[in-house]
Amino acid sequence: MKILSLVKYVPESTAAIKVKADGSAIDPAGVKFVMTPFCEFAVEAALQFKEKNAAANAEITAMTLGPAAAVDVLRTAFAMGADHGVHLSDPLFEGLDDLGVARVLAAAMKDQKFDVIFAGKHAIDYDRGQVGPALAELLGLPHVGAVTSIEWGADFKTATARRRIEGAEEVVEVQLPCLFSIDKGYVEPRYPSLPGLMKAKKKPVDAKNAAALGLSAAELSGDNWTTKMDGFTPPPPRPPGRKLEGEPEQMAKELVRILREEEKLI
Amino acid sequence: MTAQAPAAVITPDTFDFYNVRSLLTEDERQIQDAVARFVDEKVIPVIGHAFDEHRFPKELIPEIASLGLLGCNIEGYDCAGLNHVSYGLICQELERGDSGVRSFVSVQGSLCMYPILTYGNEEQRQRWLPGMARGELIGCFGLTEPDGGSDPGTMKTHAVKKGGDWVINGAKMWITNGTIADVAIVWAMTDDGVRGFLVEKDMAGYTSRDILRKMSLRASITSELFFDNVRVPEANLLPNVRGLKGPLGCLTQARYGITWGGIGAAIACFREALEWAKVRVVFKRPLSHTQTIQRRLADMSRRITTAQLLSLQLGRMKDEGRMHHAQVLMAKWNNVRIALDIARDARDILGAAGISIETHSIRHMLNLESVITYEGTETIHELIVGSQLCGTQAF
Repeated sequence: MKILSLVKYVPESTAAIKVKADGSAIDPAGVKFVMTPFCEFAVEAALQFKEKNAAANAEITAMTLGPAAAVDVLRTAFAMGADHGVHLSDPLFEGLDDLGVARVLAAAMKDQKFDVIFAGKHAIDYDRGQVGPALAELLGLPHVGAVTSIEWGADFKTATARRRIEGAEEVVEVQLPCLFSIDKGYVEPRYPSLPGLMKAKKKPVDAKNAAALGLSAAELSGDNWTTKMDGFTPPPPRPPGRKLEGEPEQMAKELVRILREEEKLI
Repeated sequence: MTAQAPAAVITPDTFDFYNVRSLLTEDERQIQDAVARFVDEKVIPVIGHAFDEHRFPKELIPEIASLGLLGCNIEGYDCAGLNHVSYGLICQELERGDSGVRSFVSVQGSLCMYPILTYGNEEQRQRWLPGMARGELIGCFGLTEPDGGSDPGTMKTHAVKKGGDWVINGAKMWITNGTIADVAIVWAMTDDGVRGFLVEKDMAGYTSRDILRKMSLRASITSELFFDNVRVPEANLLPNVRGLKGPLGCLTQARYGITWGGIGAAIACFREALEWAKVRVVFKRPLSHTQTIQRRLADMSRRITTAQLLSLQLGRMKDEGRMHHAQVLMAKWNNVRIALDIARDARDILGAAGISIETHSIRHMLNLESVITYEGTETIHELIVGSQLCGTQAF
């Protein structure tokens, strides 16, 4: 079986994000980029499927769309245990919206069919969670989102996935091929082993640009974007706090007065 | 030499003031990052509690093994085959978490897998090393005895050949991993000088017990080993070494890793003191706005920087096969000393908060009292460097 894990190259969650002076994008200088933690779930889900179902004879491909440096997340996927890596990279892909990204991914799957596609529930950069469902739609595959467990049917023709919904759990049965986006709680991603990290550098990466995917500049141009990032602004600085001084009784009275009359919180 | 206008504004990294990381290869940096992540996510969140409970977090062993940290600088036998600088960086990151966790890895790799590889035969290597790399078999190293550690030549534990077997009698003390070990590398006096034996946990007459109520390395197992007429087959004798150079050769490997470990502990304490000094307001200003505190923090940074450069050069020499054991001792002496001094000073800067298990510096400080003592005390290190310089051994 052919298994695909979609992986995204994003700023680390603790990175201090700065916006470029012209507000066009975030400034990547000095920011450490990693695989989105939810994409680690997508890779781990694929690895565990392969390890627990020898009969399925699974082969795992990791795929990313991103700048040249994004190849790092494929190296991470290799170090965790992925067999193949596909890097979709082209200046024309810069600034694509989610539907645009899904279209490029779908184009990459024209000649290569996968039985199961794992995506993360969302990436931790923009938190939109749209690429997975959009890709499933474009490929005509069933999609189950925010999955927390999967049971595989006999012969891997079907699967039963569970997802958390408000106050309950939803159980969804799907036919394969299908796309799952994985939530926290299904699998605990492994750390890439150090020998795995070393070997990952030597593994070939299948790099594809727009031309290789048969996509023209016109198709990818801003005219075809359904949404467009208008600009970036850093969050406003936090207003300074206010400090009350005096005797405890006075301060308590003043605090109650502020909460009631000025802030209207009580 | 010409002076040139600076191309860009350079801001030194707070925890790597001389950008020593730029001297590492890409592989080495990646290894350091991978282990740092493991330490941040898995070790630091649990280690204060483990220390408090006087418990070694054994549950970390499978992940330590699957990362490839056990015997990582051994080539073959399912080991990672990394260079010695990488091994050092691993020790540094682990000890940034806790000296006990680093000790576990040092003992398994440098004190147990190294002698099996170097002094053992092929059968012994095949039997033990792959399982030890996977963390399924644990080793311990028995050299120090209840009556002394710095003077191993006078050890009382002895082995006598009887029939085809060796019969070992004696006791070993302060043995890391002792009660969880599947195999003990035991050094015993024979008619032929000191020899090394692989004593297996189920061998009759071999017992061990934990040393409890420690004030240091509380998140690590420290044990006593007892040998009461333990019969060990000839096949368990390490055939390729005789004399004290056997155990001392292992100690050189472990001490090398400790030089890096000291940097990790020092950085953890320095970071904690610096962060505290920036937010702790005393006499209406943060501690970090005062000259006294700035001088103390600057001195921590200076000492960490020298230690980083010392260990890296040591590691490069080791990787090139031109490292002398006295050079390892100078680095262990320096780096553990600076780490202990920084830990004590950081604890002091933290004020009353610094005595709580919720802060790291006091734990590192207590641990480093062991680290400055084990695998050669600071005094012994000074005297060996002294004997190297003067040409005469003064002890």
